[in-house]
Amino acid sequence: MKLPLPISNLITFFLQWIWLFVFVLSGLLILIAPLPQSSRTPQKRLIRIEASSFQFTPGQIHINPNDEVTVELVSMDVVHGLSLDGYDFELKADPGQTVSATFVADKAGVFRFRCSVACGNLHPFMIGKLQIGPNQLIIRGIALLILSIVTAFYSVRQIPQLQTRLA
Amino acid sequence: MVRLDLTRYPWALSILRNRWPQFLLRAVTLAGFVFTILTGLFGSVVGSHNFAIIFVWIAWWTALKLFFIPFGGRSWCSICPIPMPGEWLQNGGILMPRGKGFGLNKRWPKALRGSWLQAGGFLLIGLFGALTLTSASVTAFVLLFIIVLAFVLSLVFERRSFCNYLCPIGGFTGLYAQAGPVEVRVKDAEVCASHAEKTCYTACPWGQFPLALKSSANCGLCMECLRVCPSDNIAVNLRPWGSDLGPKTKHRLDEAFLGLIMLASVLVDSAVFLGPWGQIKSAAYAIGSTPWFIFAGVFLFAALVILPGLYAGAVKLSMLMGSSRTTLRKSLAKYSQVLVPLGLMAWIAFTISFAFAKFSYVLPVISDPLGWGWNLIGYSNSAWVGQSTSISLLLQVVMLAVGLAWSSRVALRVSGTHRQALPLVTFSGIFSFSMLWLLIG
Ligand code: SF4
Ligand code: SF4
Ligand SMILES: [Cu+2]
Repeated sequence: MKLPLPISNLITFFLQWIWLFVFVLSGLLILIAPLPQSSRTPQKRLIRIEASSFQFTPGQIHINPNDEVTVELVSMDVVHGLSLDGYDFELKADPGQTVSATFVADKAGVFRFRCSVACGNLHPFMIGKLQIGPNQLIIRGIALLILSIVTAFYSVRQIPQLQTRLA
Repeated sequence: MVRLDLTRYPWALSILRNRWPQFLLRAVTLAGFVFTILTGLFGSVVGSHNFAIIFVWIAWWTALKLFFIPFGGRSWCSICPIPMPGEWLQNGGILMPRGKGFGLNKRWPKALRGSWLQAGGFLLIGLFGALTLTSASVTAFVLLFIIVLAFVLSLVFERRSFCNYLCPIGGFTGLYAQAGPVEVRVKDAEVCASHAEKTCYTACPWGQFPLALKSSANCGLCMECLRVCPSDNIAVNLRPWGSDLGPKTKHRLDEAFLGLIMLASVLVDSAVFLGPWGQIKSAAYAIGSTPWFIFAGVFLFAALVILPGLYAGAVKLSMLMGSSRTTLRKSLAKYSQVLVPLGLMAWIAFTISFAFAKFSYVLPVISDPLGWGWNLIGYSNSAWVGQSTSISLLLQVVMLAVGLAWSSRVALRVSGTHRQALPLVTFSGIFSFSMLWLLIG
């Protein structure tokens, strides 16, 4: 293809792709815009998690930001571990044993915790979820998906040749 | 549309035309394939310490979805080791063009054409996935079975029948290669019209006729046509992503089926491997047990009833809103294009979540491939649990959004009116929200 040298071509080109520019900008905005933080007063919590091949019970835990959490890990069969994404927090429990440690949940979001001791075939997929405060990322994600649809409608409306081709 | 023909550059042309560079790459992948089978059979039974598991399911499967397909379409198939032994026999030599070798050269039965069997194979992988993904010896047996099957079929049937109609990976790459940025096409249709021999068709291991190529789904980028064309009329183009998707390309019903199976598979895999539900994992793993039958039943119901039902409903609705008279079958085929970017980006998001956390396993298994306590490159003990970082979570959200925007654009472009695209956009939206919930929720 030759480069579209005449100015009018450049303008058409720009108009054709401006939606992409707007999409990227507003997408970024959605992803980084500050959302209100939860204002619950932090509390002390004791959470008992039972680890068995290959699941944590409870597998989904919801706490508030800045809670002081003591995790009690109990292994029901073989040696299991618990390592929390995003935090430097790890526990290892021998069979039948209970171990515990405390941390302050000073980062909000949803974090996976995983078994950290090879305990069998499904070990790499032994996963639980710790949600600290509201799940902001999924709210942003929903907004971004809606933006995607709007952009799609806007962008296709913006291409006049296509309209004529389809007519 | 903009195209950049790589054969215009003499160095690129000579790399593509010469059989040696491709042969060397294929030799490496074949050696890797054999080595993987051996480590799978004789190595450690701890999956995360076995080269076979990590290489097939973390390294290769990730590279296929994050690198080969998005940047090269079907490029993996041009260096895939699986059809090699059979092809060498068919060609009567290693660096030979097609023909002149052994084999019965039968035509593949009409009734089994299309990507139906590939879709079925992919479903099977999903049903037994929890076992294959975690057991090195099962992975090795699957690979062994595949390469033997490809070999036997190449002795009976012509060309790459296994690749065209059976290989589940081929189904996957072929479907999504339509969105990829590489294509083989003819430069000048006139030149082909006046060339009676059609050497390129005779030479094509995939049974394609380059002049007639409208989509890259079934072209394995093997470059044989480029090598035999007497008029240098074959182009290897870089093109904008998604060039095969639009109002002007032809699509078949089986593409819709394949696309839906892929959507169901990525949903189920996300729930099984990334979700916090231990019972589903155990059920998927305990093949033959009652929980597994329930798992399989739910999986099949989602893949064969729920998703196809929703899709067919959306297509039907969109037909009712339009005025043009087409059959449901045709519309189902036409709208299958919507499923391509939607599925591709969902698989990419899944892969980011799945593989980034597990990538720390790759160096240790190179260092100690059999799990026998070796330390070849000094990384044997560097494995750590792995975690998903906030960057990887953000990337997953972005990929899903790109997929939804892209598939909605395709829906809009192939529909007569915006109103007609709405049901398909809704379908894509429901799917994307489900993925978002599974990955980020
Ligand atoms: S279709 Fe399958 S066997 Fe054939 S080249 Fe592609 S991945 Fe390999
Ligand atoms: S069309 Fe050319 S590059 Fe594509 S599969 Fe056939 S011979 Fe190979
Ligand atoms: Cu474990």
